[in-house]
Amino acid sequence: MSMNEYADRISQAILAEESGIGAEWLAQLESITVRSSGAAREQLRAHCQQLLKAFAVATRSGELENIEHRSWDEVRDLLSEISATRAKAGSTPAETATLVFSLKQPLFARLRDVFETDADGLAIASWTVNTLIDKLGLYTIEVFQKTKDQIIVRQQQELLELSTPVVKLWNGILALPLIGTLDSARTQVVMENILQKIVDTGAIIAIIDITGVPTVDTLVAQHLMKTIAAARLMGADCIISGIRPQIAQTIVHLGVNLEDVITKATLADAFLVALERTGASIMIKNAA
Amino acid sequence: MVDAQTQTVLFETPLLEHRRAQRTGRVTLRLRSDEDVVGVRKQVRERAVAIGLSLVDQTKLVTAASELARNTIKYGGGGEVHLDAFDDGARLGVGLLFVDAGQGIPNIESALRDGFTTGGGLGLGLGGSKRLVDEFDIDSRPKEGTAVLIIKWKR
Amino acid sequence: MERIPILRMGDLLLVTIQVDMHDRLAMQLQDDLTQRIVSDSAKGVLIDISALDLVDSFIGRMISNTAAMARVLDARTVVVGMQPAVAITLVELGLTLHGVQTALNVEKGMALLGKSYR
Repeated sequence: MSMNEYADRISQAILAEESGIGAEWLAQLESITVRSSGAAREQLRAHCQQLLKAFAVATRSGELENIEHRSWDEVRDLLSEISATRAKAGSTPAETATLVFSLKQPLFARLRDVFETDADGLAIASWTVNTLIDKLGLYTIEVFQKTKDQIIVRQQQELLELSTPVVKLWNGILALPLIGTLDSARTQVVMENILQKIVDTGAIIAIIDITGVPTVDTLVAQHLMKTIAAARLMGADCIISGIRPQIAQTIVHLGVNLEDVITKATLADAFLVALERTGASIMIKNAA
Repeated sequence: MVDAQTQTVLFETPLLEHRRAQRTGRVTLRLRSDEDVVGVRKQVRERAVAIGLSLVDQTKLVTAASELARNTIKYGGGGEVHLDAFDDGARLGVGLLFVDAGQGIPNIESALRDGFTTGGGLGLGLGGSKRLVDEFDIDSRPKEGTAVLIIKWKR
Repeated sequence: MERIPILRMGDLLLVTIQVDMHDRLAMQLQDDLTQRIVSDSAKGVLIDISALDLVDSFIGRMISNTAAMARVLDARTVVVGMQPAVAITLVELGLTLHGVQTALNVEKGMALLGKSYR
């Protein structure tokens, strides 16, 4: 029998008993579905039905080895969808791959019926289907991993954004509270962020508040100085606020030259200075 | 003085064969006129973007390239620059090797320390360029020529 | 050779640099600006570099020199729109653009110049 003929018979085997195979498959998945909601089970049933049909169509195309071939596009897309959904729902990659592998038993049962007394034919067909499903199972693991990786990258970015919040205090005055330990790499990113925010908001004064920074070393101090120099080159200026006694000591010990820079103990003091610089002032009305 | 067009070596320097295992796709650009500097900036920018360097890192690399290209033309009497794609197995990088057969740099130490002079003086700004890149190597012999290698890696 | 156009608005000269300048072009701009300050009796020069993704030592010096010459001719110079990446690079290079006033954008730059000769 040629590969094409096998492909045909396998495909036929599935299509002829689609609902039967589907039911047996889902029965096997009980262990996976037992703790999910009714809606999730419905979705799983729908996915399995679509997958079975797509699998049959794909095998009929004659391509039984290379799942990257375009006749398997629909199957791969479905698997990607299922894998991504399960990853987000918190399933383990093993569970999702098992979903695919569980298709083997019902399919082998059907193949036995179709090939009856043709032992050799059955062996070849079973082996082909076996390898095919293995590849598809491994594919789901790859997709699963990729999705998890993407989630991690996105969370890292969000963390980075969180650590440089921007507060517009007044027209042209920004406050940038820095939070957490600043290492050299992070400080560079923060520096670029601050400058970009200055451009984006058209601020002329940026108050960099370091109350939330436990320690400052030479490298970080240098980066801060460079940020201020760059801001000035761009036409804005910076004030550093929230310098705690310990940091003040460190800065003096390190010999960092802060002559050129306005520093204030509190954000409030810095704000007043910034207001003056922008030509505004605060008037406190006397209570009656 | 011989140059790229006659396919002979401008300045015998070990830097030409340096790091062979890590680099691929060497492209050589000639550096003779002002316009050549603009061409180098463009190509370096393209390569920097291609390996995904951040905007700031791109700018630093292209600026360093511009400085060194200018040095090659103004003080080296013209020369060439070799652009390389670097890969050390863990990260990708862009490398540039500037070569000229000029008068050489008499005192490399002080040239690296010199800032930019507004008036006369060499004002090569080598120290500045060095700060913009990750790796900086220089080979210069009086009356023979100068070669400067810079590499910027994707963080 | 191509030249960078210089616009006049009252007693203000406005230059928008949008091309990657080679050294000769930069020198030409410096010469042209100096000439126009005199011929147009300009009191202020606004150089917009918001489109420049690169300012190296030569261009930096050209800007400083232009500002210095303008001052001698009793005109003020403001450079606007420097991109953050360019600013960071200039700081790393050690170029200070001493004697050059800067502003974030054209609007703020004009305000700076307006203030100075009221």
